[in-house]
Amino acid sequence: MARKKYLIWDRAAECMPAAKRRALQLRRLKATVAHAYARVPYYRQAFKAAKVRPEDIRTLDDIRRLPCIGKPELRAGYPFGMFAVPRREIVEIHTSSGTTGKPVVSGYTAGDIRLWGEAMARAMTMAGATPEDIVQNCYGYGLFTGGLGVHYGAHRIGAMLVPISAGNSKRQLTILQDFGSTIITGTPSYMLHLAELAAEAGIDLHKTKLKAGLFGAEMWTEHMRAEIEKRYPLQALNIYGLTEVIGPGVAQECPAKCGLHIAEDLFFPEVVSPETLEPLPDGAVGELVLTTLTREGMPMLRFRTRDLTSLERGTCACGRTLVRMSRITGRSDDMLKIRGVILFPSQIERALFEIKGLEPIYQIIVSRPAGGLDEVEVRVEASRGFFSDEVRHVEEFKRKVERHIEQAVGLRVKVALVEPKSLPRSEGKAVRVIDQRNL
Amino acid sequence: MKVKQISIFLENKQGRLLEAVETLGAAGINIRALSIADTADFGILRLIVPEPDRAKQVLEKARFTVKETEVIAVLVSDRPGGLAAVLRAMSTAGINVEYIYAFVEKSAKHAVVVMRTENIAAGVKALAAASIPVLTAEQVYAL
Repeated sequence: MARKKYLIWDRAAECMPAAKRRALQLRRLKATVAHAYARVPYYRQAFKAAKVRPEDIRTLDDIRRLPCIGKPELRAGYPFGMFAVPRREIVEIHTSSGTTGKPVVSGYTAGDIRLWGEAMARAMTMAGATPEDIVQNCYGYGLFTGGLGVHYGAHRIGAMLVPISAGNSKRQLTILQDFGSTIITGTPSYMLHLAELAAEAGIDLHKTKLKAGLFGAEMWTEHMRAEIEKRYPLQALNIYGLTEVIGPGVAQECPAKCGLHIAEDLFFPEVVSPETLEPLPDGAVGELVLTTLTREGMPMLRFRTRDLTSLERGTCACGRTLVRMSRITGRSDDMLKIRGVILFPSQIERALFEIKGLEPIYQIIVSRPAGGLDEVEVRVEASRGFFSDEVRHVEEFKRKVERHIEQAVGLRVKVALVEPKSLPRSEGKAVRVIDQRNL
Repeated sequence: MKVKQISIFLENKQGRLLEAVETLGAAGINIRALSIADTADFGILRLIVPEPDRAKQVLEKARFTVKETEVIAVLVSDRPGGLAAVLRAMSTAGINVEYIYAFVEKSAKHAVVVMRTENIAAGVKALAAASIPVLTAEQVYAL
């Protein structure tokens, strides 16, 4: 029975003994470093500045001698400067969303596309996908990696893929019922949005055939998972990935729900202090740094993801020996410093989830009045759950939310009630923080 | 003796009140009485309309947060001291009035006072004891 519960796509790779895997990782790391150094001028210059040469990599720990790379360096190479193969060998392009400047371009060879499909086949199998399944893919298709990542993974497995892409919620609900989709993929906030629409239309989602969902591309919380699992008859599982590294499929949660298994034979993880870049021990929260071990078109050496997580080793209940990363708890560049206190939007989100009657949708506005102290306004929607026709009851509720957040994050905030359904629901990435300070 | 009132949450944003009353207008619902409680960042629009349940439905469809509450409506003669008699009756019975608003009836002989008390039944009883005529829902909607 236990075997049946946990499906594994590539048992040899995913359940490999740790020592054997470390040897494999070292072999692949050496090859990737040599390839990047030989083919990408950026790496040659960065190695020179850091006084390190490819042959200095003798053990896995030697990876720490290599310089880290971040989004600014990748942008400097825009558009094709980071490619490690002649352009004619690149068969596909994806880009990051580019919300904070020029997008980062990721180039894939045919081999990279196969690698990606393989990583996604592992992830989707982990969530329970088989050739018998119908996968409704609500990730956007296009330059964003979500749509095509799931697409390639589903093809590799041989599942029946419904490439519906993001949006058009009415059609999503119709297809979900008529086709009997068993697996759904998308952003968790979109799933909640869809559930709201289903409720409005009188559709009982528990009558659908859904059994698993792969949700990611934005930060979410355990409370959101509980909410999604209450509204849909499925296991809500966390998927992780980045365009710069490959796309979704870098890590995936199994039904044991004890962290996301990183495909570490393909993507080598480190957790470092965001300030000093010093390595942190397993269990400590820090910034995730990833190195591709088999990528050809655009090898990535020590990419700073800005995502905050911690690592845990050991064999999982599912049988995999792959290292597990905790749910992303914040971003090192999302971190807000308010009146000297460090605040992550996810802390606010967790606090809001603990209050009955509130929809888990919010927006944080940070401002600095002229000559004054920073102010934080948390906008939440006035739902029927707490609305009263008496001002004093509504004000009391507002104060209750304010006190609850203050206790949770140690910072006084102002709560503002806004009209229902007026805050952004995302199909890609939701804008949860608006920082109006000129820092 | 209880009258249904609908309350609508309004964010302090230009045009929201207009949207609410336009929604009712488009549904052919006439407003009998209205009041707004406002604070620095939101307002609560309270309405007496002939078809409160349908009004609630159309407003919710237009994505407003709506709540139905019960209020008491009394007829007061339109002369100095008319309202005082009503409030005295409540005060004597030790009943707190949460909020109150009034409008003058078409014939202009009477004013209609709409009141919200925590316990509606107790409020109605106190008014009856003071011989103040409480209006039925039908009477109010027909005004």
